[in-house]
Amino acid sequence: MYRSHILVCGGTGCTSSGSQQILNALQTEIEKAGLKEEVAVVQTGCHGLCALGPIMLIYPEGTFYSMVNVDDIPEIVTEHLLKGRIVKRLLYNETVTEDGIKSLNETDFYKKQHRIALRNCGVINPENIDEYIGTRGYEALGKVLTEMTPDDVIQVLLDSGLRGRGGGGFPTGLKWKLAKGNDADQKYVCCNADEGDPGAFMDRSVLEGDPHVVLEAMAIAGYAIGATQGYIYVRAEYPIAVARLEIAIKQAREYGLLGNNIFGTDFSFDVGLRLGAGAFVCGEETALMTSIEGNRGEPRPRPPFPAQKGLFQKPTILNNVETYANIPQIILNGSEWFASMGTEKSKGTKVFALGGKIKNTGLVEIPMGTTLREVVEQIGGGIPNGKKFKAAQTGGPSGGCIPVEHFDIPIDYDNLISIGSMMGSGGLIVMDEDNCMVDIAKFFLEFTVDESCGKCTPCRIGTKRMLEILEKITKGNGTLEDLDKLEELCYYIKDNSLCGLGQTAPNPVLSTLRYFRDEYVAHVVDKKCPAGVCKSLLSYTIDADMCKGCTLCARTCPNNAIEGKVREPHVIIQDKCIKCGACMEKCKFGAISKK
Amino acid sequence: MKSLEELKAIREKMQNQIGLRNEAEANIRVVVGMATCGIASGARPVLNALSTAVQEKGLSNIVVTQTGCIGLCQFEPIVEITEADKEKVTYVKMTAEKALEVVEKHLVRGQIVKEYTIQNYIK
Repeated sequence: MYRSHILVCGGTGCTSSGSQQILNALQTEIEKAGLKEEVAVVQTGCHGLCALGPIMLIYPEGTFYSMVNVDDIPEIVTEHLLKGRIVKRLLYNETVTEDGIKSLNETDFYKKQHRIALRNCGVINPENIDEYIGTRGYEALGKVLTEMTPDDVIQVLLDSGLRGRGGGGFPTGLKWKLAKGNDADQKYVCCNADEGDPGAFMDRSVLEGDPHVVLEAMAIAGYAIGATQGYIYVRAEYPIAVARLEIAIKQAREYGLLGNNIFGTDFSFDVGLRLGAGAFVCGEETALMTSIEGNRGEPRPRPPFPAQKGLFQKPTILNNVETYANIPQIILNGSEWFASMGTEKSKGTKVFALGGKIKNTGLVEIPMGTTLREVVEQIGGGIPNGKKFKAAQTGGPSGGCIPVEHFDIPIDYDNLISIGSMMGSGGLIVMDEDNCMVDIAKFFLEFTVDESCGKCTPCRIGTKRMLEILEKITKGNGTLEDLDKLEELCYYIKDNSLCGLGQTAPNPVLSTLRYFRDEYVAHVVDKKCPAGVCKSLLSYTIDADMCKGCTLCARTCPNNAIEGKVREPHVIIQDKCIKCGACMEKCKFGAISKK
Repeated sequence: MKSLEELKAIREKMQNQIGLRNEAEANIRVVVGMATCGIASGARPVLNALSTAVQEKGLSNIVVTQTGCIGLCQFEPIVEITEADKEKVTYVKMTAEKALEVVEKHLVRGQIVKEYTIQNYIK
């Protein structure tokens, strides 16, 4: 029995800021202090506050240390663990109040959150099946196998109102019902862990922090639809997630929670991993299954839908990681419990990966219907450096930008679609006044052009033409006719593409055209980039009155575009200027400005 | 594992341990003075005994934690028990054995072990 547990985050964010070294140092110091029998060190998954990593939680008090350095470890061990004195300088400042130290769960970041899919992330050791079982893990599978019929399971899901968290929002229970209704000698359960949206990392965090929940939910799905084999399609760029899944599958097999005759019943189910090479299109369901079959990951036309003919032409269901992460809890707590959270048509919670111009970048899980303002201002801690909020991009390349007029809109599937964006997998990128919306649209288009599989013409050629027009606009060569052509192309590509990638690729352009048309017009008519991003439309100038002639700028300029004598005002030769901004950064007198 | 009973056995064993990471339920705090004076007079075994006993008994509403010098060095090791809406109870000159008695009587059955409290020493 340990008197204290130290939880060190082993998610990708904290690992990249050095949490493994911290873990090692901690173990060495604890051993040196003779505390090995008293203090347990546990490596967990992501806790959510990635901006503050590496993070560490010490229980039973729940002390939250952030931005921990290896050098801090001896102090933590001698002061906190040996003498019970909190190392105040390492505390997250929001937990420090006049009345003492409050718990992390009471901070603005966590207060509005409700963790279902992420409930074990950052709490248990993902590489220890016993810890998962200790939080009622595999109990839902046991309940399903011994007390419920497949139809009961499907009914619970239908009643719960759970919709697919991968983006489309299709009712999960209905998907399962369709797959169950199709008779076949073999059926499959697949998990989409091919998270590819720029800025999204919630699936990775669930896999890293709580891999067993996915296995348990897939087995439940197998029982419900009559499948005996599951596949998790996970991208190879997620090495920690892959390693933990491998461990989890091995442990579950050893315990007989995967394999033949689970819990002594006649239900058998096993799960295999399939690594994706990181192609965005492989997140599309038919492309994903084509890839598992060993072919090049290209989509195929629907119908037939996977529930009829999916993997290897057999009835198949494919759900996203986060969808699965909700299912054991719904089975244990009932459909009413789940349906009591969220909005009328979107039940439960949604995980968002907060990124961009926001203070608390990281992972949050909020009830559906929370407003964008609450997410950005309260949970996210607002925009840093006193800048103003301009837009939030949701749904990755398939989504769109939400402007400040819709700041108070309750976030759910239907509301987001009504304002021209979508839930998507849940990436939420915040932009401030320094972001150029034309540039953002161009960024997402570049991504789509790169990732288009090339099978259908509208997507392969159409998106490339759109990108060319956007490049033309950002270079200051666009015309108003180009804007019309761009819009026409958008609708054409949406209507004629084969799969979701092409059908949604124009969304970033459409939504920015809808809400930020004035910025497009400024680029085309005034040849200006209001946010000061598009290089071709900028010019750097030196204010002669403020310039002291220190020559620093001229010496910094990589292209020798600045001329002038010592102690005399300098001048930028506009033809030679490559607009790198290095001179402006170096100038000590604020004499250089960009317009 | 072939039955739900086996799953349940693992769960119960683990729940008590993982319960240590759950601050939400705790409404009783058991605090052990762990400054130099406390450690020197043997607070470590007291803390460990308390912590182990509380976990073994699955008392999920109790947090066993440590603090610095309470200011009554001659009475160390000191254990304070605070419970919402109740007066704080301070046990002094504790040992691991006494601590187990306090867990059994005070924390499980709600009876204060008067002979170990500070009032019994300062008269």
